[in-house]
Amino acid sequence: MNLYKYASPTVFYPLAGKLIPWFSISSALLFALGLYVGFFVAPVDFQQGDAYRIMFIHVPAAWMGMFLYVLMAIYAGVGWAFNARLASMMASSISITGAMFTFLSLVTGAFWGKPTWGTWWVWDARMTSTLILLFLYIGFISLQASIEDTRRADRAGAVLALVGVINVPIIYFSVQWWNTLHQGATIRILNKPTIAPPMLAAMLIMLAACWLYSVAVVLIRLRHIIAERELQRARFAEVVT
Amino acid sequence: MRSLSEFISLGGYGFYVWGSYLFALVAIGGEVLSLRRRKKSSDK
Repeated sequence: MNLYKYASPTVFYPLAGKLIPWFSISSALLFALGLYVGFFVAPVDFQQGDAYRIMFIHVPAAWMGMFLYVLMAIYAGVGWAFNARLASMMASSISITGAMFTFLSLVTGAFWGKPTWGTWWVWDARMTSTLILLFLYIGFISLQASIEDTRRADRAGAVLALVGVINVPIIYFSVQWWNTLHQGATIRILNKPTIAPPMLAAMLIMLAACWLYSVAVVLIRLRHIIAERELQRARFAEVVT
Repeated sequence: MRSLSEFISLGGYGFYVWGSYLFALVAIGGEVLSLRRRKKSSDK
Protein backbone atom coordinates (compact mmCIF):
# COMPACT_ATOMS: atom_id res chain seq x y z
CA MET A 1 0.00 0.00 0.00
CA ASN A 2 1.30 3.40 -0.90
CA LEU A 3 0.83 5.63 2.12
CA TYR A 4 2.27 8.66 0.35
CA LYS A 5 -0.83 8.97 -1.76
CA TYR A 6 -2.72 10.09 1.36
CA ALA A 7 -0.54 13.19 1.40
CA SER A 8 -2.57 14.36 -1.58
CA PRO A 9 -5.47 16.59 -0.46
CA THR A 10 -7.88 15.14 -3.03
CA VAL A 11 -7.17 11.55 -1.89
CA PHE A 12 -7.29 12.49 1.78
CA TYR A 13 -10.63 14.31 1.51
CA PRO A 14 -12.92 11.24 1.19
CA LEU A 15 -10.83 9.24 3.69
CA ALA A 16 -11.28 11.98 6.31
CA GLY A 17 -15.00 11.98 5.53
CA LYS A 18 -15.23 8.29 6.42
CA LEU A 19 -13.31 8.72 9.69
CA ILE A 20 -15.19 11.75 11.07
CA PRO A 21 -18.40 9.98 12.26
CA TRP A 22 -16.39 7.43 14.27
CA PHE A 23 -14.39 10.08 16.07
CA SER A 24 -17.49 12.22 16.69
CA ILE A 25 -19.61 9.41 18.13
CA SER A 26 -16.86 7.96 20.34
CA SER A 27 -16.00 11.45 21.61
CA ALA A 28 -19.64 12.15 22.55
CA LEU A 29 -19.90 8.81 24.37
CA LEU A 30 -16.68 9.41 26.30
CA PHE A 31 -17.74 12.96 27.27
CA ALA A 32 -20.97 11.48 28.69
CA LEU A 33 -19.09 8.71 30.52
CA GLY A 34 -16.42 11.10 31.83
CA LEU A 35 -19.03 13.52 33.20
CA TYR A 36 -20.94 10.64 34.78
CA VAL A 37 -17.83 9.31 36.55
CA GLY A 38 -16.73 12.86 37.41
CA PHE A 39 -20.01 13.91 39.01
CA PHE A 40 -21.58 10.68 40.31
CA VAL A 41 -18.73 8.25 41.03
CA ALA A 42 -15.79 10.42 42.11
CA PRO A 43 -16.03 11.36 45.81
CA VAL A 44 -15.88 14.88 47.24
CA ASP A 45 -12.28 16.03 47.75
CA PHE A 46 -11.54 16.47 51.45
CA GLN A 47 -9.48 19.64 50.84
CA GLN A 48 -11.13 21.32 47.87
CA GLY A 49 -14.71 20.11 48.31
CA ASP A 50 -16.67 19.97 45.05
CA ALA A 51 -14.64 22.76 43.44
CA TYR A 52 -12.08 20.21 42.27
CA ARG A 53 -14.65 18.84 39.77
CA ILE A 54 -13.65 21.76 37.54
CA MET A 55 -10.38 19.83 37.04
CA PHE A 56 -12.12 17.24 34.86
CA ILE A 57 -12.46 19.86 32.14
CA HIS A 58 -9.63 22.24 33.14
CA VAL A 59 -6.76 19.73 33.05
CA PRO A 60 -7.72 18.06 29.74
CA ALA A 61 -8.28 21.51 28.17
CA ALA A 62 -4.85 22.70 29.34
CA TRP A 63 -3.16 19.54 28.06
CA MET A 64 -4.92 19.77 24.71
CA GLY A 65 -3.84 23.40 24.36
CA MET A 66 -0.19 22.35 24.74
CA PHE A 67 -0.35 19.07 22.73
CA LEU A 68 -2.18 20.72 19.86
CA TYR A 69 0.35 23.55 19.76
CA VAL A 70 3.24 21.08 19.37
CA LEU A 71 1.28 19.12 16.78
CA MET A 72 0.43 22.32 14.90
CA ALA A 73 4.11 23.38 14.89
CA ILE A 74 5.20 19.94 13.61
CA TYR A 75 2.65 20.00 10.76
CA ALA A 76 3.50 23.60 9.91
CA GLY A 77 7.23 22.73 9.92
CA VAL A 78 6.72 19.65 7.73
CA GLY A 79 4.54 21.66 5.36
CA TRP A 80 7.24 24.29 5.07
CA ALA A 81 10.30 21.98 4.85
CA PHE A 82 8.83 19.46 2.38
CA ASN A 83 6.46 21.80 0.60
CA ALA A 84 3.58 19.54 1.66
CA ARG A 85 0.31 21.42 1.19
CA LEU A 86 -1.82 19.01 3.23
CA ALA A 87 0.46 19.31 6.28
CA SER A 88 0.19 23.11 6.18
CA MET A 89 -3.58 22.88 5.89
CA MET A 90 -3.59 20.52 8.88
CA ALA A 91 -1.64 23.11 10.91
CA SER A 92 -4.20 25.80 10.04
CA SER A 93 -7.02 23.48 11.00
CA ILE A 94 -5.44 22.57 14.36
CA SER A 95 -4.80 26.21 15.31
CA ILE A 96 -8.49 27.04 15.90
CA THR A 97 -9.17 24.03 18.12
CA GLY A 98 -5.91 24.58 20.02
CA ALA A 99 -6.83 28.20 20.67
CA MET A 100 -10.30 27.14 21.83
CA PHE A 101 -8.88 24.66 24.37
CA THR A 102 -6.26 27.13 25.63
CA PHE A 103 -8.96 29.76 26.15
CA LEU A 104 -11.14 27.16 27.88
CA SER A 105 -8.28 26.21 30.22
CA LEU A 106 -7.79 29.89 31.18
CA VAL A 107 -11.50 30.46 31.84
CA THR A 108 -12.02 27.24 33.82
CA GLY A 109 -8.80 28.01 35.71
CA ALA A 110 -10.26 31.39 36.70
CA PHE A 111 -13.47 29.66 37.85
CA TRP A 112 -11.33 27.40 40.02
CA GLY A 113 -9.02 30.14 41.27
CA LYS A 114 -11.78 32.42 42.54
CA PRO A 115 -13.21 30.08 45.23
CA THR A 116 -9.91 28.35 46.14
CA TRP A 117 -7.31 31.15 45.90
CA GLY A 118 -9.71 34.07 46.23
CA THR A 119 -8.74 35.58 42.87
CA TRP A 120 -9.76 35.09 39.23
CA TRP A 121 -6.27 35.78 37.94
CA VAL A 122 -2.67 36.29 39.09
CA TRP A 123 0.44 36.92 36.99
CA ASP A 124 1.86 33.57 38.01
CA ALA A 125 4.41 31.85 35.71
CA ARG A 126 2.09 29.07 34.58
CA MET A 127 -0.88 31.30 33.96
CA THR A 128 1.17 33.98 32.20
CA SER A 129 2.87 31.41 29.94
CA THR A 130 -0.53 29.89 29.13
CA LEU A 131 -1.82 33.34 28.21
CA ILE A 132 1.24 33.69 25.92
CA LEU A 133 0.25 30.35 24.35
CA LEU A 134 -3.17 31.79 23.56
CA PHE A 135 -1.52 34.86 22.01
CA LEU A 136 0.73 32.60 19.90
CA TYR A 137 -2.35 30.80 18.57
CA ILE A 138 -4.10 34.10 17.88
CA GLY A 139 -0.92 35.42 16.23
CA PHE A 140 -0.71 32.33 14.01
CA ILE A 141 -4.39 32.55 13.02
CA SER A 142 -4.36 36.29 12.27
CA LEU A 143 -1.00 36.14 10.47
CA GLN A 144 -2.36 33.45 8.15
CA ALA A 145 -5.59 35.38 7.65
CA SER A 146 -3.71 38.56 6.74
CA ILE A 147 -1.63 37.04 3.89
CA GLU A 148 -3.58 36.37 0.75
CA ASP A 149 -1.14 34.02 -0.99
CA THR A 150 -1.87 30.76 0.87
CA ARG A 151 1.60 29.21 0.52
CA ARG A 152 3.24 32.41 1.76
CA ALA A 153 0.74 32.46 4.64
CA ASP A 154 1.68 28.84 5.44
CA ARG A 155 5.40 29.67 5.52
CA ALA A 156 4.97 32.75 7.69
CA GLY A 157 2.73 30.77 10.05
CA ALA A 158 5.31 27.97 10.24
CA VAL A 159 8.05 30.38 11.36
CA LEU A 160 5.83 31.79 14.10
CA ALA A 161 4.61 28.33 15.19
CA LEU A 162 8.15 26.89 15.39
CA VAL A 163 9.59 29.85 17.31
CA GLY A 164 6.65 29.67 19.73
CA VAL A 165 7.26 25.99 20.57
CA ILE A 166 9.79 27.14 23.18
CA ASN A 167 6.82 28.33 25.25
CA VAL A 168 5.40 24.80 25.70
CA PRO A 169 8.19 23.39 27.94
CA ILE A 170 8.11 26.72 29.79
CA ILE A 171 4.42 26.15 30.61
CA TYR A 172 5.01 22.53 31.54
CA PHE A 173 7.98 23.13 33.87
CA SER A 174 6.86 26.53 35.15
CA VAL A 175 5.49 25.00 38.35
CA GLN A 176 8.94 23.53 39.10
CA TRP A 177 11.13 26.39 37.92
CA TRP A 178 9.27 29.20 39.63
CA ASN A 179 7.45 29.51 42.89
CA THR A 180 3.96 29.62 41.44
CA LEU A 181 0.55 29.93 42.99
CA HIS A 182 -0.57 27.27 40.54
CA GLN A 183 -0.16 23.82 42.05
CA GLY A 184 2.33 21.24 40.76
CA ALA A 185 1.47 18.27 38.54
CA THR A 186 -0.92 15.74 40.07
CA ILE A 187 -0.39 13.12 37.41
CA ARG A 188 3.18 12.19 36.56
CA ILE A 189 4.30 9.63 34.05
CA LEU A 190 6.88 7.91 36.26
CA ASN A 191 5.39 8.31 39.73
CA LYS A 192 2.11 7.09 41.08
CA PRO A 193 -0.61 9.70 40.70
CA THR A 194 -1.57 11.43 43.92
CA ILE A 195 -5.34 11.35 43.42
CA ALA A 196 -8.08 8.76 44.04
CA PRO A 197 -8.70 6.22 41.22
CA PRO A 198 -12.22 7.45 40.21
CA MET A 199 -10.93 11.04 40.03
CA LEU A 200 -8.05 9.91 37.83
CA ALA A 201 -10.40 7.80 35.70
CA ALA A 202 -12.77 10.75 35.13
CA MET A 203 -9.88 12.99 34.13
CA LEU A 204 -8.38 10.44 31.71
CA ILE A 205 -11.78 9.67 30.13
CA MET A 206 -12.35 13.41 29.63
CA LEU A 207 -8.87 13.71 28.13
CA ALA A 208 -9.62 10.87 25.69
CA ALA A 209 -12.93 12.55 24.82
CA CYS A 210 -11.13 15.84 24.15
CA TRP A 211 -8.60 14.06 21.92
CA LEU A 212 -11.30 12.33 19.87
CA TYR A 213 -13.25 15.60 19.67
CA SER A 214 -10.12 17.39 18.44
CA VAL A 215 -9.48 14.78 15.75
CA ALA A 216 -13.11 15.03 14.58
CA VAL A 217 -13.31 18.84 14.37
CA VAL A 218 -9.79 19.18 12.94
CA LEU A 219 -10.69 16.71 10.17
CA ILE A 220 -14.00 18.47 9.47
CA ARG A 221 -12.24 21.85 9.24
CA LEU A 222 -9.44 20.31 7.15
CA ARG A 223 -12.04 19.16 4.64
CA HIS A 224 -13.41 22.70 4.41
CA ILE A 225 -9.90 24.08 3.94
CA ILE A 226 -9.15 21.50 1.23
CA ALA A 227 -12.45 22.26 -0.53
CA GLU A 228 -11.89 26.02 -0.38
CA ARG A 229 -8.26 25.90 -1.51
CA GLU A 230 -8.76 23.36 -4.27
CA LEU A 231 -11.70 25.44 -5.52
CA GLN A 232 -9.43 28.48 -5.50
CA ARG A 233 -6.81 26.58 -7.52
CA ALA A 234 -9.40 25.33 -9.99
CA ARG A 235 -10.72 28.87 -10.51
CA PHE A 236 -7.17 30.15 -10.93
CA ALA A 237 -6.46 27.42 -13.52
CA GLU A 238 -9.61 28.41 -15.40
CA VAL A 239 -8.53 32.03 -15.54
CA VAL A 240 -5.01 31.18 -16.71
CA THR A 241 -5.92 28.65 -19.40
CA MET B 1 -26.70 9.75 46.48
CA ARG B 2 -27.24 13.48 46.95
CA SER B 3 -30.49 15.36 46.60
CA LEU B 4 -31.00 17.53 43.53
CA SER B 5 -30.56 20.79 45.43
CA GLU B 6 -27.32 19.52 46.99
CA PHE B 7 -26.16 18.45 43.56
CA ILE B 8 -26.85 21.90 42.12
CA SER B 9 -25.22 23.81 44.99
CA LEU B 10 -22.19 21.45 45.17
CA GLY B 11 -21.28 22.53 48.69
CA GLY B 12 -21.38 26.21 47.71
CA TYR B 13 -19.14 25.73 44.66
CA GLY B 14 -22.05 25.29 42.24
CA PHE B 15 -21.64 28.66 40.52
CA TYR B 16 -17.95 28.01 39.76
CA VAL B 17 -18.31 24.37 38.75
CA TRP B 18 -21.43 24.83 36.60
CA GLY B 19 -20.01 28.08 35.24
CA SER B 20 -16.94 26.18 34.04
CA TYR B 21 -18.97 23.46 32.37
CA LEU B 22 -21.39 25.94 30.87
CA PHE B 23 -18.47 27.82 29.37
CA ALA B 24 -17.02 24.54 28.06
CA LEU B 25 -20.37 23.80 26.42
CA VAL B 26 -20.44 27.25 24.82
CA ALA B 27 -16.84 26.95 23.57
CA ILE B 28 -17.19 23.44 22.17
CA GLY B 29 -20.74 24.00 20.90
CA GLY B 30 -19.63 27.26 19.30
CA GLU B 31 -16.82 25.53 17.43
CA VAL B 32 -19.18 22.81 16.17
CA LEU B 33 -21.82 25.36 15.11
CA SER B 34 -19.31 27.55 13.28
CA LEU B 35 -18.11 24.48 11.36
CA ARG B 36 -21.71 23.67 10.39
CA ARG B 37 -22.14 27.22 9.09
CA ARG B 38 -18.88 27.03 7.17
CA LYS B 39 -20.13 23.84 5.53
CA LYS B 40 -23.25 25.62 4.29
CA SER B 41 -21.25 28.51 2.86
CA SER B 42 -18.72 26.25 1.12
CA ASP B 43 -21.49 24.11 -0.37
CA LYS B 44 -22.86 27.08 -2.26
